[in-house]
Amino acid sequence: MLSETTHVTPYRTYMVVLITLLVLTSLTITVTWIDLSAFTVLSALLIASFKAGIVMKYFMHLKFESSLFKILVIMVLSIYILVIILLFFDYLFR
Amino acid sequence: MIMSRDMEHRDDIGSRLGMWVFIFTELLLFGGLFLVYAVMRSKYSFEFHQAALHLNTFIGALNTVVLLISSATVAISITAVQKGNNKLAVRFLLITLICAGIFLINKYFEWGHKIRIGLYPGSDLMLTLNHGSVMFFSLYFFMTGLHMLHLIIGAVLLTVVTIKVQRLSINRDSYVLLENGGLYWHLVDLIWIFLFPLLYLIT
Repeated sequence: MLSETTHVTPYRTYMVVLITLLVLTSLTITVTWIDLSAFTVLSALLIASFKAGIVMKYFMHLKFESSLFKILVIMVLSIYILVIILLFFDYLFR
Repeated sequence: MIMSRDMEHRDDIGSRLGMWVFIFTELLLFGGLFLVYAVMRSKYSFEFHQAALHLNTFIGALNTVVLLISSATVAISITAVQKGNNKLAVRFLLITLICAGIFLINKYFEWGHKIRIGLYPGSDLMLTLNHGSVMFFSLYFFMTGLHMLHLIIGAVLLTVVTIKVQRLSINRDSYVLLENGGLYWHLVDLIWIFLFPLLYLIT
């Protein structure tokens, strides 16, 4: 039943990804220790988004799924970002 | 007979797609809570900073590391099953379950400490705090609590998966349940990746 499209990720890839994620985690903690005032949250969120991207791409195998999966993920995330923007337009300018 | 086994109708891509759709609904569930957090934070940014000082960054960071490792071991177990090495897969799944246990133990101490000093939703101490702090701690308990519920469900799911891998009913020819269990576990990890900086690191 193994289809020809099945991609077997080598163990090494997962180790590299895990180490990257751990390094990024310590980077997040370091960034918030240094006081960047307004940029602290922004940088922490950017690193978190980057980490989430890596998890989805490699751990959740999104990289090797058909484009249908990728399109759906992009759609859902776009809708969510749109909701955030609309919410803050309403909240900040009322 | 062998033919009929091979002809078994199965749609692995469809199964995974269904799991992803379910994950989208989960993301929007937590997404709503993150929206509440964002609005409350912009409204009470000083109180949120003060209240976040009460959270133990070390335990938060430790749990982040534990979850990242557990996510990697689930992913590794999929490769092991694909290569026909179920024994190795079971070992890595057990590491994942141990990580889930460590996470819950840490959470027990973390929540236990807060409850002991009287800091929990509806407590007398909470009523004396300002509105921003109450919002922060309510969101903290609700979001980490909902996350913990997902973690427990994921651990139960992965226990079933581990037993099936052990009994070879999940094998290199049919392992979509392991993949979907893994997807759910990664979702738990994904949510924590955002919860950790937003709750613990904003001091």
